[in-house]
Amino acid sequence: MLDNKIPQGPLAEKWSQHKFNLKLVNPANKRKYDIIVVGTGLAGASAAASFGELGYNVKAFCYQDSARRAHSIAAQGGINAAKNYKNDGDSIFRLFYDTIKGGDYRSREANVYRLAEVSNAIIDQCVAQGVPFAREYGGLLDNRSFGGAQVSRTFYAKGQTGQQLLLGAYSALSRQVKTGKVKLYTRNEMLDLVLVDGKARGIITRNLVTGAIERHSAHSVVLATGGYGNVFFLSTNAMGCNGTAAWRAYKKGAQFGNPCFTQIHPTCIPVHGTQQSKLTLMSESLRNDGRVWVPKTVEMAQKLQKGEIKPTEIAEEDRDYYLERIYPSFGNLVPRDVASRNAKNMCDAGKGVNETGLAVFLDFKTAIERDGEDVIRAKYGNLFQMYEKITDDNPYKTPMMIYPAIHYTMGGLWVDYNLMTTIPGLYAIGECNFSDHGGNRLGASALMQGLADGYFVIPYTIGDYLAQTSYDKVPTSHPAFEEAEKEVRDRINILLTSKGEKTPDEFHKELGLIMWEYCGMARNEEGLKKAKGMIQKLRKEYWAGVKLIGINEEMNLTLEKALRIADFLELGELMVDDALTRTESCGGHFREESQTPEGEALRKDDEFAFVSCWEYQGDDQPAKLNKEELVFENVKLTQRSYK
Amino acid sequence: MSWVKQTLNSTLGQKVIMSLTGLFLVTFLIVHLIGNLQILKADGGDAFNVYAAFMSTNGLIHAVSYGMYAAIIAHVVYAITLTLRNKKARPVSYAVQDAKANSSWASRSMMLLGSMILVFLVLHLVHFWAKYKMGWIAYDFKMVTIEGVQYRDIASLVIETFKDPIAVGIYVLGLIGLGFHLNHGFQSAFQTLGLNHKSYNNFIKGFGAIFSIVMAVLYAVMPLYVFFS
Amino acid sequence: MSNHKGLNFTLKVWRQKNAAAKGEFKEYPVTNVSPDSSFLEMLDIMNEDLLHKGEDPVYFDHDCREGICGMCSLFINGRPHGPGEEITVCQLHMREFNSQDGGVITIEPWRAAAFPVIKDLVVDRTAFDRIQQAGGYVSINTGGIPDANAIPIPKEIADKAMDAATCIGCGACVAACKNASAMLFVSAKVSQFSLLPQGQAEKSRRVLAMVNQMDEEGFGACTNTGACEAECPKGVSLENIARMNRDYFGAALSTEH
Repeated sequence: MLDNKIPQGPLAEKWSQHKFNLKLVNPANKRKYDIIVVGTGLAGASAAASFGELGYNVKAFCYQDSARRAHSIAAQGGINAAKNYKNDGDSIFRLFYDTIKGGDYRSREANVYRLAEVSNAIIDQCVAQGVPFAREYGGLLDNRSFGGAQVSRTFYAKGQTGQQLLLGAYSALSRQVKTGKVKLYTRNEMLDLVLVDGKARGIITRNLVTGAIERHSAHSVVLATGGYGNVFFLSTNAMGCNGTAAWRAYKKGAQFGNPCFTQIHPTCIPVHGTQQSKLTLMSESLRNDGRVWVPKTVEMAQKLQKGEIKPTEIAEEDRDYYLERIYPSFGNLVPRDVASRNAKNMCDAGKGVNETGLAVFLDFKTAIERDGEDVIRAKYGNLFQMYEKITDDNPYKTPMMIYPAIHYTMGGLWVDYNLMTTIPGLYAIGECNFSDHGGNRLGASALMQGLADGYFVIPYTIGDYLAQTSYDKVPTSHPAFEEAEKEVRDRINILLTSKGEKTPDEFHKELGLIMWEYCGMARNEEGLKKAKGMIQKLRKEYWAGVKLIGINEEMNLTLEKALRIADFLELGELMVDDALTRTESCGGHFREESQTPEGEALRKDDEFAFVSCWEYQGDDQPAKLNKEELVFENVKLTQRSYK
Repeated sequence: MSWVKQTLNSTLGQKVIMSLTGLFLVTFLIVHLIGNLQILKADGGDAFNVYAAFMSTNGLIHAVSYGMYAAIIAHVVYAITLTLRNKKARPVSYAVQDAKANSSWASRSMMLLGSMILVFLVLHLVHFWAKYKMGWIAYDFKMVTIEGVQYRDIASLVIETFKDPIAVGIYVLGLIGLGFHLNHGFQSAFQTLGLNHKSYNNFIKGFGAIFSIVMAVLYAVMPLYVFFS
Repeated sequence: MSNHKGLNFTLKVWRQKNAAAKGEFKEYPVTNVSPDSSFLEMLDIMNEDLLHKGEDPVYFDHDCREGICGMCSLFINGRPHGPGEEITVCQLHMREFNSQDGGVITIEPWRAAAFPVIKDLVVDRTAFDRIQQAGGYVSINTGGIPDANAIPIPKEIADKAMDAATCIGCGACVAACKNASAMLFVSAKVSQFSLLPQGQAEKSRRVLAMVNQMDEEGFGACTNTGACEAECPKGVSLENIARMNRDYFGAALSTEH
């Protein structure tokens, strides 16, 4: 039985009541506890810094060369908070409500309410750290509006909010490194979790420079390792983002929540060919003025694909502004998932407009004619410039081309209200856990969740666990460490001695294509079953032979990749399993079998108002599905409509 | 006074010495130039001789001159110290470097330009200062009487020296070096002292450029005028 | 995204097995590169080819591939992050290169004593982290903070602080500088805090500590060539260096020792 540990009492009092009930560690005793934090993004850095400030001994790990480079840095838009500085009717309850509704009612009320509750403290904290948020002339903080909300509650620092928040957390972390409370291990990757008596007591890491396999012991382990969007190979994630730490935890007994919930962002720069390594996001704000279209006929689309005609040569009457046609009231501003799915439908019908046939137009012609080029330049100048740099096309003269891309994974390690996984002593925070976004994450909420977890939730809840844990340290010579290290070494040896012709990247691309095709924007039973078979086959092939080079005891790029891809090949299958069992459409998960007569997503609250929690049962054994029922006492479940 | 030592040991402290001594030497250049230009007066070198005598006998000038020697030495010593440090900061150089894409030649060549000036300076001191002021090199000055007072005739020494094309060549080269050195050094000194402001930057840069050209040209006038007249 | 023919290049790449090894340049041909490929994607292709041939791929740092993480760090044809203004290598595209006459492209690691080479084109930039640790923060703990709007900050000041804080810590300033000086990086961080009211309490302590650490790491001194500003992918201004100089002298003269 899963115990989500949600406190009793009214929604608004749960967190304060819970904080009071949590056990405390005496300040003088905190130095007797060691905590491992894996990942130094918003969640990891803020948690590690806060632990250090409290007096715990912290070891923080990241695979990058510096803690400042985690992919939180790439978040552009902003961070939400219920400050109501705009006097436009915002409140904690409204932020809670918007987030739970935006998540298509697949997240916990108590968690989301707590998130909204601590959101204000995050802004205070970041400002005090010197994060240069945008301000108004009067000197107070500025806000912008964002999708999924009717109030202006998003704080931002140019288009680099994630960067500034991360640098704030990194500076707090740096301060603790200086005091000696935090020890940083950069260019280090966690390869396994160590359990002693069923509790998380350490990790096995590989030093990415020397190849040294190292053991680290602690009283608790916190995973802040981000999402697993790179299972699709092409995504907006950084190249190094991976699911290994979370997956290793899963295989040691931590349950995995809602793995199939992935978010697809509709306005990315399309794939230009097979050499592409990653996808670049363009701000969603472009859809405020751009009109999305494809040619009405497949013949014309083919001419475009071959470069025989230019988009500007296509007459108005030959263009299909399909979002405006299908959704007359919302038009080009339909939510992310709807916009994405329709782009895919158009391209599937052969109307894609670039060389690869996987792109639709986003046209500013009407807006430029209406407002003038200067107005458009003032609004979107930097985005247009970025687009031109990448594609060599001038969006003032010719329509932009866009296509959806994998952006965020709402799924992740299952955690209770204390952010602890099903393994005692193992916590998961930030994108790494499944918690607060349900089936779909709203814009500007990822940063909020990462920092809420790291600054204001886990510093309290971990104390409760440690207060009930003895000071005794587990020596790294303990048999559990021996065994975990041996497992890691065996895995590495198999890969290094493997003789195959296909490189890790080639396997990864193949996996990505399977996932994108069958477990991407639209999913159906037949496709998912097919994908499951294909992934199993690919995984078999992988372990039969993959092309690696070099040895473990050196910097070894192919080995790093091979280890991550090995885990993606298993995680991908679990995503497919999850997508198969959830025969409703909800948030980022669209099952073609579950549509309204108008072809919109149909959620089935009576059957699927639960979190899918997958429990590992051994290799080549089907994972066991446990369900955490979601109880809604404070919001009324409604179906979305954008017609 | 350990903080003085600490500050002087820091790269920023050493840089500030470079800029302060540099700016001080600029004021010297102006004073010196005013004297030089006296030779252009068609009075057979009288004004020049009077000026030279004033410069070598006035007590205040005398005192300031020691400050100047110190400034020159400090400027040179710290230039060498910093350059050695900077070389050490990049032990392996690039195989291909497209430096002109990001910076001016003069700004990258301050040590070379400074060395040119130093060579010129040594020669210059040997030519005049060591003979006239310090008397380290024996030279039998002619004496001239101006308004009843006797003066050593340094104007003739100047004319004699600048009839030598090699000396003129070295002087002109040194002065070209000075021009480029000043062009970067002037604005650089302000930047090092923290005097950077959007509203004044262009003025400082523009003034520095004009100033350095004017200085180099006016200084070059003397040897060239003598040589060609 | 037009229909171009593939381009061919000869890459002259610095190869160095590890920190202790002696490095050398090696030449690699790359063929049929899409002009729409980014520079790093071109290197990906080369690495896949090398791996297929059983050779060790070329190591280079990279991560976000959208110009913000600051990890990529290549010195291409004599310039950090290659040709082009205000971009990182991952934002550089192959159409910027001339494939005529063999299309030779020389790729070197950042060169600085403070950035030792780890392998091939990968360098160790932890010196930057240590400078940050020396004082690049506001010494406050989590929680117990006044409301975010308690201190109004003029928009101009906030914007200036943001312009300094935009630094991605890639090290192109050090790579470009003929003295391998880290002044632009350090001054950007010092300036961000020096401009904001939140940073005032530790203003003197911070600038002294960070400059001291910068010197200890073995970076060169600034000679105001401006190469750092010209090559900075985020356009961080020299103004910050002047501000740090001011702060430093103010601190050195006024602090009680």
